[in-house]
Amino acid sequence: MAAAYAHPEVLVSTDWVEQHKNDKNVRIVEVDVDTDAYKQGHIPGALAWDWRAQLCDTVRRDIVGWEQLENLLTTSGISPDTTIIIYGDNNNWFAAWAFWQLKIYGHKDVRLLNGGRKKWIAEGRELTQDVPSYAKTTYPKPASLDLSLRAYLPKVQEASSKGSAQLVDVRGPQEFTGEILAPPGLPETCQRGGHIPGARNVPWGKACNEDGTFKSPDELKSVYAAEGIDGSKQIIAYCRIGERSSHTWFALKYLLGYDNTINYDGSWTEWGNLVGVPVEKGQAASASAK
Amino acid sequence: MKAENYQEKTIELSGWPVRITSYKLGDEYVCEADNVSPGARLARFTSATAEEAEKNALSKAGHMLAKTKRHEV
Repeated sequence: MAAAYAHPEVLVSTDWVEQHKNDKNVRIVEVDVDTDAYKQGHIPGALAWDWRAQLCDTVRRDIVGWEQLENLLTTSGISPDTTIIIYGDNNNWFAAWAFWQLKIYGHKDVRLLNGGRKKWIAEGRELTQDVPSYAKTTYPKPASLDLSLRAYLPKVQEASSKGSAQLVDVRGPQEFTGEILAPPGLPETCQRGGHIPGARNVPWGKACNEDGTFKSPDELKSVYAAEGIDGSKQIIAYCRIGERSSHTWFALKYLLGYDNTINYDGSWTEWGNLVGVPVEKGQAASASAK
Repeated sequence: MKAENYQEKTIELSGWPVRITSYKLGDEYVCEADNVSPGARLARFTSATAEEAEKNALSKAGHMLAKTKRHEV
C-alpha cells in the first residue's frame, strides 16, 4: 500500500480550490517571485501579497514584523479561523515562504495549492484580472512566535562543525559546487561560491513532478534518503535567500513528517558573505569520498 | 478568461538550459522563460502574436544569462 503524506491537510488540489474558492472562510492568496504575474491573471477571488514589500522587513533583513503582518492579514479579510490557501509561480517558492512565516506567527490553517500557479494555468482554469476587496477583520497578536521553525547562524555553525543536524542545500548543483554564485541569469549576491561544510545537495525541484505538484511520499523519501536526509536528526534546509528552502522545508516537515526540520533563511547570502568562516567547494565531501 | 494552447519546451540559450512556457490568454500571447535549474523566472512578455512574445522573452533571457560567470572550482 502506498504511503500517505504525513500531513495531507496542508495541501489542496486545483479541484479543491475550484470547489471552495467562494467559501466565506477561505481566502486565496497568490505570492509570486514575479510580482507582476498576478496582474496578468489570477484565480478568481485571490489576493496578491508581494514578498519583496509585504513579507519581509527590508531594513532589518528579517521576516515580516507583526504590525506589518497584522495589517496584511486584516486588510485581506483574514482572521485566526480563516483557511488561507497560498499559491504562486515557480512551483510555489514564495508561497512556501509565506506559509513558513504564517506558521511562525501561529496561523492555524494554512495550505498550499499543489502545483501552484503553473498547474492552474496549464489546466485551463478560469483566470481574472479583477482585484477583490474584503471587509477588514481583526487579528489578535499571537502570544509568542514559533521561532523553532527558523535556523539562526549559530545553530547552522554548530551543525556544520559538530554534525548536530543534517544540512540540506537545495540550490542547483552548480551553485552548490561553487561554479556559479547565483542561479543562471540572476545577480551574484555573495562573495564566495560553494556550500556550507557538511551539507548535502538535494535541489528543491527534485521534490516536484513535471506539473509542479509534489512527488508521492515514497518518491520523496527516496530522493532525500539518497543523500542521507532521513529525519533521524534535525534537518536544516537552506538555499540562497530562504524561499527555495521553504519549499523543501514544507516537503520534509509536512509531507514526509520529519517534524524537526527548520529553515535557514539567512542561507547562502549570509554564509557566503561571512568573514572567517569556511566554505566547501565541489561535491559534498562525504559524497566524493564514496 | 482561460489559458489556451499551454506549451512548454526546453532550449539552450547562452549555454544554459531554458524552459519556454507559452500560452494564449484573452487576446494576448504570453511567453515566459525560466532557467530550469533552479527554475527562476528570467522573462515574461505578452504580445499580440506568439512569435513576438517568444522573441522578446528569449532576447531578455539571453541577455541575462550571458552575464552569468562560471568560476573555477
